[in-house]
Amino acid sequence: MSILIDETTRVVIQGITGGEGTFHTQRMQEYGTKVVAGVTPGKGGQTHLGAPVFNTVEDAVKEEGANAAAIFVPPFFAADAIMEAADAGVKVVVCITEGIPTFNMIKVKQLLKCKDCSLIGPNTPGVISPGKCKIGIMPGHIHTPGTIGIISRSGTLTYEAVQQVSQQGYGQSSAIGIGGDPIVGLKFIDLLKLFKEDKDTEAVILIGEIGGTAEEEAAEYIKKEFNKPVASFIAGQTAPPGRRMGHAGAIIAGGKGTAKEKMKALEDAGVFVAKSPAEIGAKIKEALS
Amino acid sequence: MKIHEYQAKQILSQFGVQIPRGEVADTPSKAREIAEKIGPKVVLKAQVHAGGRGKGGGIKLVNTPEETEKLAQEMIGMTLVTHQTGPEGKLVRRIMVEEALDLDKELYVGIVIDRAKEAPVVMASSEGGVEIEKVAAETPELIFKEYINPATGFQAFQARKLAFKLGLVGNTLKQAVKFILGLYKVFESADASLAEINPLLITKQGNVLALDAKINIDDNALLRHPDIKEMRDFDEEEPLEVEASKYDLNYIKLDGNVGCMVNGAGLAMATMDLIMHTGGKPANFLDVGGGVSEESVKNAFKILVSDKDVKAALINIFGGIVRCDLVASGIVKAAKELDLKVPMVVRLEGTNVELGKKILNESGLSFYSASSMKEAAEKVVPLAQQ
Repeated sequence: MSILIDETTRVVIQGITGGEGTFHTQRMQEYGTKVVAGVTPGKGGQTHLGAPVFNTVEDAVKEEGANAAAIFVPPFFAADAIMEAADAGVKVVVCITEGIPTFNMIKVKQLLKCKDCSLIGPNTPGVISPGKCKIGIMPGHIHTPGTIGIISRSGTLTYEAVQQVSQQGYGQSSAIGIGGDPIVGLKFIDLLKLFKEDKDTEAVILIGEIGGTAEEEAAEYIKKEFNKPVASFIAGQTAPPGRRMGHAGAIIAGGKGTAKEKMKALEDAGVFVAKSPAEIGAKIKEALS
Repeated sequence: MKIHEYQAKQILSQFGVQIPRGEVADTPSKAREIAEKIGPKVVLKAQVHAGGRGKGGGIKLVNTPEETEKLAQEMIGMTLVTHQTGPEGKLVRRIMVEEALDLDKELYVGIVIDRAKEAPVVMASSEGGVEIEKVAAETPELIFKEYINPATGFQAFQARKLAFKLGLVGNTLKQAVKFILGLYKVFESADASLAEINPLLITKQGNVLALDAKINIDDNALLRHPDIKEMRDFDEEEPLEVEASKYDLNYIKLDGNVGCMVNGAGLAMATMDLIMHTGGKPANFLDVGGGVSEESVKNAFKILVSDKDVKAALINIFGGIVRCDLVASGIVKAAKELDLKVPMVVRLEGTNVELGKKILNESGLSFYSASSMKEAAEKVVPLAQQ
């Protein structure tokens, strides 16, 4: 099994005719993802990469039964695109776009409260259930089907973790990038809840970084309710305070959000915390033994 | 993005938030002119992007325009050292000349985005004039908070609640409510990530004004605020960081000697951490972006080698979709063009990785290839120590 997406998932690509949209749609199709439609306002009626293009997400849902969306539109239009997908009844929305203003995301989250829609991202590589479906920009070939769930705030560091997990002989049930922004859709805790219910996920790797308190909230949940082994790594142990480390959300503000605090909270919750990023694979092995 | 106090006050005043009378000066004669207009008694405040200015000698009270000119002469061009500037300090290029007011009370009001609650929060405290982090740690019960519902915005009753909790009454209370509502309007309209008034001044006459003002803007929103974007002061930033930002590279200078070039912010931070765990010290954070192009590698090299502290460098590229042979060719080409001398350990991962390694090894340059992050760190740290 897997969480969020599988072989039955029907994907609509918002911004399919753009450069990024085109390139990554092709990679998703090669991986076996069912791309059933694209949306580019004003280009409805065309066909792109074998998929029918619609003017609105609503049309894509009505005509092609799309139940997941991937968003490749510029930052100032992306919040609108997320809300359009949620409004059309799409269940899983993956927003790849980086650079959405925080205030726009605050409004998006407000709308999502009254919709049955799971948002992944923004500023995320996306989500993959290996061998079944990939929605995003991650390299599909490094993943193998298996029993480890991965949740991360990063892109390439997640690939690193996937590779280390594979080298230890484990595959992944699903791997999700939750995004590097201060305000994102699903957080660690939401995904831990899904992995808890997924009977094919044996253990989870949680890759956090400086900034915010999502890791601490996850630690509290793990301590109280999560019954599967968890390994973790927190990036930014050497990051200077007050500086934004590439991701909009990776900042130690007012002395809060340090790697040290997060590692301590996770250790107190019984999580196997890797101090060095080279030990992620070894830690999940330790957690499972 | 950070802006200066005088710029923050310009924005506040556009929204009707009360500030003391004052102007900015970059010469002593201009400072004197302002003092003649609003003085004779004025306060001179060094304009740098750092807090703790008072203790560092960056804020002075003067009694006459003559004295203003004399002191301005000393302040403009001085290097101000505070606990936030680091030991090297910051060069003062401008000062604010502001009317001196009769102080009765110093309060605090600040607005930030609460990431866990996913909403702005307005905080007020009776303990102004000291660092709010200190108040939060020692007497958290003296900080009052109101969360904003993004659908309805900040409401007057919330501002009233805060003002009453601060112990204000009468006309002062009314002014404070107006002030806090105005400050929130600034925060929202300017796409701020922080709007902090510390201290919020209550004068002997009972008036409410922003004595200091700090506003940070959400970088992702700057495109819709061209007027604020203009306020960026490149002089306040590390020159190499300014240079890197022109190439769209995320670069932050640190004080170690192992340079890093990595694709992706998370992996870049992790690489720095790994260098530390291997006994070295990272010289920088440098994220060339998830995808890697020859151009971005070349620009990143330029930045890396401009830092004279870099004794060896670690290049960690997890390509995935990106082809390693192309990345390797780009690295070799850039290194040859720039005549790079520092030893470099390169760890590539992704499609065609063996071909990529071959290109590096046969380049004739001082490249060492590594198969894992761990191996790369273990090779680069001793190289930097030689």
